[in-house]
Amino acid sequence: MGSTNSTLLKIPNVEVLMQETGFSPAHIIRLHDRFKALDKEGRGHLCPHDFGAIKELAMNPIGDRIIGAFFSPGKETVDFHTFVKILAHFRPVDKDRPKEPNSPEPINSRSNKLKFAFQLYDQDKDGKISRDELLQVLRAMLGMQVTDEQLESIADRTIQEADLDRDDTISFEEFRKACKHKRFTMFRFCIRPGERKLMLTLCHWSSELQDQHEL
Amino acid sequence: MASSICLCLLRAVFLVCFVNPLIQGLSGDVNLVQDPRHRLEKNLTGLSIVTFDWHHVQTPYLVITWVFVAGLAKLSVIELNHHVISVVPESGLLIILGFILGGIVWGADKAQTFKLLPPTFFYYLLPQIILDASYFMPNKLFFSNLGSILIYAIFGTCWNAATVGLSLWGCYEAGVMGNLDIGLLQFLLFGSLIAAVDPVAVIAVFEEVHVNEVLFILVFGESLLNDGVTVVLYNVFDAFVALGGPRIDAEEIFKGIFSFVVVAFGGSFLGVVFAVLLSLLTRCTKHIQIIEAGFVFVVGYLAYLTADMLSLSAILSVTFCGICCQKYVNANMDEKSVTTVRHAMKVLANGSETMIFVFLGITAIDTEIWVWNTGFILLTLLFVFIYRIIGVFLLTWMLNKFRLVPIEVIDQVVMSYGGLRGAVAYGLAAMLDKDKIPEKNLIISTTLIVVYFTVILQGITMKPLVQWLKVKRAAHADLKLIEKLNNRAFDHILSAVEDICGRIGDNWWTRGWNRFEENYISWLLMKPKARKNRDYLFSIFHKLNLEDAVNYVSEGERQGSLAFIRSDEVANVDFKKQFGSEFTDVMPDIMVDMSNYELGIENFSVTSIVKDTIPSVSLDIHGKDRKNVADDINAHHLLQQHLYRSRKNHRHKFSRSHFSINQSEDEVQEIFQRTMRSRLESFKSAKMGVNPAKKITKHHKKDLTHKVKDFHDASFTWIAQLYPTHSSLPWLMETDAVAPSQRAQWRLLWTPNRLRRLAPMRVSTCSTDSFLMADLEEHEEKPQTDHEEEM
Repeated sequence: MGSTNSTLLKIPNVEVLMQETGFSPAHIIRLHDRFKALDKEGRGHLCPHDFGAIKELAMNPIGDRIIGAFFSPGKETVDFHTFVKILAHFRPVDKDRPKEPNSPEPINSRSNKLKFAFQLYDQDKDGKISRDELLQVLRAMLGMQVTDEQLESIADRTIQEADLDRDDTISFEEFRKACKHKRFTMFRFCIRPGERKLMLTLCHWSSELQDQHEL
Repeated sequence: MASSICLCLLRAVFLVCFVNPLIQGLSGDVNLVQDPRHRLEKNLTGLSIVTFDWHHVQTPYLVITWVFVAGLAKLSVIELNHHVISVVPESGLLIILGFILGGIVWGADKAQTFKLLPPTFFYYLLPQIILDASYFMPNKLFFSNLGSILIYAIFGTCWNAATVGLSLWGCYEAGVMGNLDIGLLQFLLFGSLIAAVDPVAVIAVFEEVHVNEVLFILVFGESLLNDGVTVVLYNVFDAFVALGGPRIDAEEIFKGIFSFVVVAFGGSFLGVVFAVLLSLLTRCTKHIQIIEAGFVFVVGYLAYLTADMLSLSAILSVTFCGICCQKYVNANMDEKSVTTVRHAMKVLANGSETMIFVFLGITAIDTEIWVWNTGFILLTLLFVFIYRIIGVFLLTWMLNKFRLVPIEVIDQVVMSYGGLRGAVAYGLAAMLDKDKIPEKNLIISTTLIVVYFTVILQGITMKPLVQWLKVKRAAHADLKLIEKLNNRAFDHILSAVEDICGRIGDNWWTRGWNRFEENYISWLLMKPKARKNRDYLFSIFHKLNLEDAVNYVSEGERQGSLAFIRSDEVANVDFKKQFGSEFTDVMPDIMVDMSNYELGIENFSVTSIVKDTIPSVSLDIHGKDRKNVADDINAHHLLQQHLYRSRKNHRHKFSRSHFSINQSEDEVQEIFQRTMRSRLESFKSAKMGVNPAKKITKHHKKDLTHKVKDFHDASFTWIAQLYPTHSSLPWLMETDAVAPSQRAQWRLLWTPNRLRRLAPMRVSTCSTDSFLMADLEEHEEKPQTDHEEEM
């Protein structure tokens, strides 16, 4: 484990990072390796086209939005800290976290996860998903066979169903209510004993619902 | 319904009237193969104008007739009542049809003249099925699950064999089966041949039950790889039976275990050797493309036979031959050859599978082989079923500790229920030596019953079982639209984050292997041209260039050119059809198969690109028609239908009867194109305002080459950065200034060479002359060499 300690030391402010995000040293090292692999030119930070080089992301309908989520508004690069902090959203919820009244919520709390997802819809960051933003998301996620009229009617009905205060937009609270589900865990991300690999397991609830019509 | 009845009657009539008299006629005769020239020398009393000569054509005639009958059988099964087909799997129906046919033959002949003989099965019917399976195997999926597959194949099969054999022996000793002339070793032998899950049956049933791809690859991979174990166990126990009980000591057992290693790895290694041979061959066949398709089958078959000759695992040999050669063969061969191979492979595999099932049915109608022992048969069925379930659950429990994505309970149930036995078990049983194993007929009978039970009964009940389980698990609250949207969005987010973090495939080993493979193996086995095309960015460049060509053509068409005739539905300029072979010389050889995404080759077929750009083009052109869509749109239904699937929802990629791109591949292509287009556009809008026109002002002869060269420089800079620094990409500008002449458009259609240089030429502001000048011969070569140089 000597090599891991030395790698850890090379990363600046790694203690703070581990505390903020809750990742273990092995996680951090793995993410650091991945960061370096993505940063092909060795600049120490990532640009959009580094993410663009990941081929599978191009096959994801909202891939570009997710890439955008890594970049804070105005910034064109992502350093390692930001990278890890964003990925911390996908850690499992710590069930045994003591409820300290004054400490900020950890990054991987359920509401922060939902906020992350919310931000993917809400591109102008005004705290609400307007009809236009919803249209954009729908357009990205639906096939080309769906016409614009159909798209608009879907958007209208979606807002109708989710909008409780009748302001024609979906606020974060309404979004949160809509995603209320008993067995909601968005992602689970743990490490195998003795091995430095990340494991991502998918949540079951969405898969069931989709599998229903697969047959 | 009427047509299917007609077909059945037709077939029955055909058989009864035509084949049977022939069989009866010849059943007494000795089968002499006479030299045709001597035909006339027997008892000539006068010139016979026409003679009826059955003997000479007998063997090929019967073979072909049976192939024909099997084909008719498949046809009539497909044409049957829809309800019947959706309940009973096709393989089951074919077996039942085989019963009927067998009954007809037996009724006419009082003996089963046509049986499924092991040599026929193993040498003529099985190889092409395995070759088909391995050639279309989704490699990345296979290798990423290889550990699990091996565990199931090796330990699962050994477990099955051991437990079934020992349990039966235990029951025999307990006296349940009455008096049989069997010993422990024979029970173990029987256990080993009944243990193996059969690839043919598995594919046949799983095709009808749609399962997620991981589950499919686990069962499918297991069924292919367990042959290594089955062959070894069978041979070992066969030898042990021959040796007799007392002579078996530790040395023999150790030899048995060692033989497993040799057989399995030897077979795989042999397959890889043949794959290398095949790839090298296809690399050299640029000038005789017409026969290169044949090489695939010939070399594949050779791999099978060679392995069998050396008593190694033949199935493993063919499997690895197919798996390893896919990528290189598809890259090296001409696109037409690739299509030929794919079609032919499916035809052969389908035909073989049909014949196997029909003959499995026919073989049953034979009084000679049937020995009924209630205890033995029922206990076998029970043990086979139970131990499969136990084995799967046990192994999965162990595997889930190590797997990235654990295998769920429902998948385990499907996997254990999907452990079908098939013709391989029967073939092995029929090959037993009657002298050494006096109860051979009992074993054959039992094997047949197990096969029928699994294929027919388990096949019928598989689909309802899966549905019941899934429905039971599903939380079926009526979801709001936003929830459905979120579900899918979360899937996409997860896939994206997985990709960003690097999935399992992205550790040091796979990266190292990929690098090694790219630099050394592909250098050796792929044609240089194919290697070049493999470059991701390069093919993107070509694809977008081609897209622009298509857009340009339809753009021109919309502006009123009468230069081309178009069907009403689609603005589909089928470049392939129009330009035929010239086109493939101009544009690199590229492939349709989307699975190449995962293999690291981004290759697209020209026609598929053309077709896939249709939606955006035709939506524009037919915009008016769409306004009359009815208002009553069910938003939920639409969402269900059209939401893009995320990676984990994609269907499995292997099917016996379809190899065309399935829906998920279409979707992925569509998503990919939209993403690339939007990336380009976003940068375009970000950098609008930079005037690129200064590159494209003069159209003099010498400047053309200059311009083209600049263009290429610029485009390759773009390629190097993946994202375009677009100011120098002329074809991305709003080209309102383009007013191509009629003649230019006409010429563009018919001269494929222009397509490649279409982009820079398009933005000329001077309408006619640039295109005419572009046609000048001298400059044709230069861009090409620039092109080649840069790469």
